[in-house]
Amino acid sequence: MGSAKTNIRNSKTIRKTPPIASTGSIGWIRKNLFSSIPNTILTVISVYFLATIIPVAFDWAFISSQASGENRFSCSSSGACWAWIDQRWGQFLFGFYPESERWRPAVAFILLIPAILPWLIEDFFWQRYLRVFSIAYPVVATILLVGGAGLPEIPTDKFGGFMLNLIVGLSGIVLSLPIGVMLALGRRSKLPLIRYLCIGFIETVRGLPLIALLFVSNILLPIFLPTDVTLDSVVRVIIMVTAFAAAYIAEVIRGGLQAIPSGQYEAAQAMGLTYFNSMRLVILPQALRISIPGIVNTFIGLFKDTTLVIVIGLFDILGIANAMVSNPDWMGLSTETYVFVALFFFVVCFSMSRYSLWLERRLEKKGPHEW
Amino acid sequence: MVSGNIEDKHTFQKKAFIEITNLNKWFQDFHVLKDISLSVKQGEKIVICGPSGSGKSTLIRCINYIEEHQTGEICVDGIELKGDLKNIDSVRREVGMVFQSFNLFPHLTVLENCTLAPIWVRKTSHAEAKEIAMQYLEKVKIPEQAEKYPGQLSGGQQQRVAIARSLCMQPKIMLFDEPTSALDPEMIKEVLDVMVDLADSGMTMLVVTHEMGFASQVADRIIFMDEGRIIEQNTPNVFFENPKSERTRLFLSQILSH
Ligand SMILES: Nc1ncnc2c1ncn2[C@@H]1O[C@H](COP(=O)(O)OP(=O)(O)OP(=O)(O)O)[C@@H](O)[C@H]1O
Ligand SMILES: [Mg+2]
Repeated sequence: MGSAKTNIRNSKTIRKTPPIASTGSIGWIRKNLFSSIPNTILTVISVYFLATIIPVAFDWAFISSQASGENRFSCSSSGACWAWIDQRWGQFLFGFYPESERWRPAVAFILLIPAILPWLIEDFFWQRYLRVFSIAYPVVATILLVGGAGLPEIPTDKFGGFMLNLIVGLSGIVLSLPIGVMLALGRRSKLPLIRYLCIGFIETVRGLPLIALLFVSNILLPIFLPTDVTLDSVVRVIIMVTAFAAAYIAEVIRGGLQAIPSGQYEAAQAMGLTYFNSMRLVILPQALRISIPGIVNTFIGLFKDTTLVIVIGLFDILGIANAMVSNPDWMGLSTETYVFVALFFFVVCFSMSRYSLWLERRLEKKGPHEW
Repeated sequence: MVSGNIEDKHTFQKKAFIEITNLNKWFQDFHVLKDISLSVKQGEKIVICGPSGSGKSTLIRCINYIEEHQTGEICVDGIELKGDLKNIDSVRREVGMVFQSFNLFPHLTVLENCTLAPIWVRKTSHAEAKEIAMQYLEKVKIPEQAEKYPGQLSGGQQQRVAIARSLCMQPKIMLFDEPTSALDPEMIKEVLDVMVDLADSGMTMLVVTHEMGFASQVADRIIFMDEGRIIEQNTPNVFFENPKSERTRLFLSQILSH
């Protein structure tokens, strides 16, 4: 008996420190890059590719590049020609928004940060007040962008550039989530009328390409409106993009709802919670948590789809890029232009992806989520 | 219907708290509950047993309308359970339920699990709900786990939290559906101890269980069900020593042999 005890203690002390080579950077490299022969081959091939591509790309973008000049002819270097940025960055950001008023979208963008962070991060400072502010934010931003309250009015067909992508993308994201939740719940409703309406909406919208929805939006939307109301084209795009994303989100959330065991519904019922409260407090927090990857995936798709506004004559950042590439002064600089545009999308989409990973990991810390 | 000596045991409380008459329920074509009549007085402890599939769970789930019955009548505390949502809500407020699979809400802490219904159903203030919750968590002997999440607790602890969570609504009756059958043997006792304490405190209880030790210790009446019918009901002594029907005898010999 006694010897068995010491044995156990001995084996514990031996295991206290792991073998040296499995920790630190050498340990990491050995474990992740050279753990087996196929793994080693892949590592060598990848390193070879990176070693050939990175220096060339770096040289093109920075070392041999030129960042000033009047037009493409003033760029004489072998690398990238960034001279146009200096002239055109305003258009890339704001489209045809009058230059003297461009401070307005800029302020709206800066105010977006305190409006959005208290919803993304729990226990953000001044969270309560900032959340009140974020509820007022859409009104503030609309006044800043469109005008009113003393500010001169700017017609929305002057909106463009990355600002347009952000406006359509963010409105779509913020609106499509609650609508998607309602559609998902409606699709599981016991009331046949609600259920069939939701199924009809989801399947119709999902069954059509977004580009087609945008094309027909000026025929389709007036059906649901009084005859004397004409919809602004930016509003029309926001509605279509929202409807499109909401249909996808509804299906993602429906998947999450189905994963929740019936015992959770029953426990909520047995406590006497109303349908609304049991969804809000018990079911949806869990269903949304499961659905985070799918929801963010849809949002990323939505954000990239904002480039489709071009089909109804609006110039988002990609539209501006297209216009510039076909401008005689800057023709032939498509690589530079599209790389520049791609960076904008990449930064936004990659941030969303990282945020979702961070959120998932933080929720996991609250303990294993098992039923 | 009930033999005389049971009534004597609770001379102070004779009001029927639950009154079930000629209850029938079907799942599609399957007749699960057949002409069930049962009345439970305040403070009574009733154990329901019977073979798997005999309709025990379905019966107690009808009492708080998690399952809907087709014919017959269920009255809880004078309120008839029908399609009327208001009645259902008021009944659910009086009836606590503990499930075999605990069904704690994994995204909420133990404390939040316990305060959820008092705050949103009873409209208790946060502070008061918390106070009540801590009181019941102490009763089930896990106040120190209040800030943990259910996934961090053992099965026995989770089931005790589930009991505390139901008690926080201060129900007049508690329903238990095989509360210990998902537990490892060493955890069964801690849960049964809590239930015995609860019984001693005078709570009206309807317990579906095969823990016959518990049944003989606390039950005023044991009900034996088979194929959707109540075959036999009696005091534990009579039930164990002198079962009336052959079916009960067979069931008891199976269940007591291991
Ligand atoms: N939702 C349902 N739909 C159809 N049939 C069901 C449903 N729920 C239960 N049943 C059936 O009704 C019968 C009674 O089920 P119930 O769960 O009440 O039995 P039980 O006595 O609790 O059994 P156990 O001891 O296994 O828990 C079973 O035959 C079961 O298959
Ligand atoms: Mg059962």
